[in-house]
Amino acid sequence: MRVRVQAEPFDFGAECGAFATGRTDAGAVVTFAGIVRDDGGLARMELEHYPGMTERALGRIAAEAMRRWALRDCLVIHRFGTMLPGETIMMVGTAAPHRADAFAAAEFLMDYLKSRAPFWKKEFGADGAAWVAAKDTDEKALGRWSED
Amino acid sequence: MIDVLYFAWLRERIGLSKEQVELSAANVADLVEELKAREDRYAAAFADLSAVRVALDQELAEFDAPLAGVHEVAFFPPMTGG
Repeated sequence: MRVRVQAEPFDFGAECGAFATGRTDAGAVVTFAGIVRDDGGLARMELEHYPGMTERALGRIAAEAMRRWALRDCLVIHRFGTMLPGETIMMVGTAAPHRADAFAAAEFLMDYLKSRAPFWKKEFGADGAAWVAAKDTDEKALGRWSED
Repeated sequence: MIDVLYFAWLRERIGLSKEQVELSAANVADLVEELKAREDRYAAAFADLSAVRVALDQELAEFDAPLAGVHEVAFFPPMTGG
């Protein structure tokens, strides 16, 4: 299990390759990348975070995924700072003996990263700058993972 | 003294990312009331608490959480990671 928080860009393809290569214990690897999307007029995005809490929160979310599913490994990389449309913001990877666990754990990681990791997105465009509002649907998405 | 951190639009509205506050408040809600009473920029930032989240020593907490033994309080909007 590995968590990285960094300003620098990373090579999604190379990270996927390194994560998937050389495994004999996992028959399934799922990877996901989040990319800066331009819905029209986006010049750049700035991602603020809470150093210290970010690493703790991501570590806890990843450990929870390892506990809930039969994962052999999981990887979370999340950037902060300034990013342009098309740049990769973050990625997750999960490795499991079978694909159902790998897919479910990747979705779980994404749902929790959206609303429980201390990142805040600010979009800069021709009309000025605006903080991205959290979506109710992201908060509701956590409900499906309730163990109660 | 307790460290108080602000992120995203709370940081912008208050005009600070971090400050030290003499701790007399018993819980988070009391601390918010003390801050709001200071100046308009705090009152504006904390006007709608449904849009504010709080972490105590880097763990998410509720507004009725006690502050005894806490070193760092952070206020921020709902998170938008991923």
